[in-house]
Amino acid sequence: MRAALRIPKLAVYVAGLVPAAWTFYLGLQDQLGPEPIKTLEQELGLWSLRFLLLCLLISPLRRVAGVDLFRYRRALGLLAFYYAALHLSAYVALDHGFDWPAIGRDILKRPYVTIGMAAFVILVPLAATSNNAAIRRLGATAWARLHKLVYVAAILAAAHFLLIVKSWPAEPLLYAAATAALLAVRAFPSVLRHARRAAESVIPGRPQA
Amino acid sequence: MRASRSFFLPEAQMLIRHSPDIAPSEITPRSLYLRRREFLAGFGASLAFAGAAQATPLAATRSPFSTSEPKTPRTDVLAYNNFYEFGGRKSDPADNAHTLTTKPWKVRIDGLVAKPADFLLEDLIEPHALEERVYRMRCVEGWSMVIPWIGVQLSEILKRAEPLGSAKYVAFETLVRPEEMPGQKGLLQLLPWPYVEGLRLDEALHPLTILAVGLYGETLPNQNGAPLRLVVPWKYGFKGIKSIVRISLVETQPKTSWNIQNPREYGFYSNVNPNVDHPRWSQATERRIGEGGLFAKRRPTLMYNGYADQVASLYGGMDLERYF
Repeated sequence: MRAALRIPKLAVYVAGLVPAAWTFYLGLQDQLGPEPIKTLEQELGLWSLRFLLLCLLISPLRRVAGVDLFRYRRALGLLAFYYAALHLSAYVALDHGFDWPAIGRDILKRPYVTIGMAAFVILVPLAATSNNAAIRRLGATAWARLHKLVYVAAILAAAHFLLIVKSWPAEPLLYAAATAALLAVRAFPSVLRHARRAAESVIPGRPQA
Repeated sequence: MRASRSFFLPEAQMLIRHSPDIAPSEITPRSLYLRRREFLAGFGASLAFAGAAQATPLAATRSPFSTSEPKTPRTDVLAYNNFYEFGGRKSDPADNAHTLTTKPWKVRIDGLVAKPADFLLEDLIEPHALEERVYRMRCVEGWSMVIPWIGVQLSEILKRAEPLGSAKYVAFETLVRPEEMPGQKGLLQLLPWPYVEGLRLDEALHPLTILAVGLYGETLPNQNGAPLRLVVPWKYGFKGIKSIVRISLVETQPKTSWNIQNPREYGFYSNVNPNVDHPRWSQATERRIGEGGLFAKRRPTLMYNGYADQVASLYGGMDLERYF
């Protein structure tokens, strides 16, 4: 198991950026449907949320299933940030054509934009400190405390998605539920213990994490 | 409430100003106009032979109410739809609506009318001249199209039922048929069914308001609301109720689906208005579908979707922030 997962980190970054490149390429080829800008913008935002949730999955995955993907967590977190930055760039440049007054009004007046913007602002210091030098400088405890902000970013990102849709379609609800579940296993560690015991009883002999 | 009786009088029609973008060449030539009965016969025949999802050519005369703006490509008009009876994604109606049977199709006209009746679609439409109306369509979500509808003025059909003096509003209802409309069954249903819509009687009798039976020269594709849908070009697209089975004249303001779903966000009137935002997003600009790919610019949204000259007088003195 462990051996199979020795994928180089660089490969994670490269593979992670493929959806962005591919979607942008499709856009240039006029293959993104009747609303290409919106499609590109939403696709970038959605990938940001996906990477954020994958990032939050790493720790419970090790504790419950004994699968250790910790060495990829930084890459997933940074990918979430890169996609958030691309999503914001698409919003500013393509969707609003650098119409700063309109963008400013949007950020101040529209809760879903305000919330999305807040999520991005939170990700900036997290991305800036996602390197070994920053961990040394801050100290592990302070660094860990700062990076708890990722939970806030995840809640805001999921809410940002829910707030833009009409009615209650399934997709944003599923992402909101996934976010809630990943935060719940942290807020209530007993849930994790039960899950691990259940996993152990189903798969006898699995090594303890 | 404004008196709506005057709309039955021919004099009232003369007060309606026509849009300035009509070229003389766009007005129906007299020779064609005089041949309109032939087209009507054609509609009856095409309906009689129309299968579930087959598009049949429809002939129609041109209308002075048409815009000369470039039309949205037919493929986009057919592929990008909100028709929640067939699912919540824009592509769902095109993927799923082929299951809908539109023949035979009955429409009930009832309520405060002297002559309530159940009509077969062909009996409802055939007595009237089919017109092509190229209208702008502005969705509440912030995108727009230019669509060449084919249809009949709603006023002509309502007049046949002879509305009573007590009728103040018109209520519309969409088909409920879960076995053919996948969005009407299952766990996560996006709206309560049937989809219902409504207009004030004077809005319903306005010459811009049509019942469409076709677009782009053919009978309506199912995903666009076959076989009969409402088109009110100065209102947000969701007011254009699709696959209509019932039209009722009523005395009090009828319930409308999106208003039931979220009364704070979707009002009864839902007139296109760049100055009154949706609570969650701006309505000041829009994106024209099929225009310019990844680097297209937004265009400013026009008051009453550019039909202010014709319809602003319907709302004189009204607080448009309150009656959104």
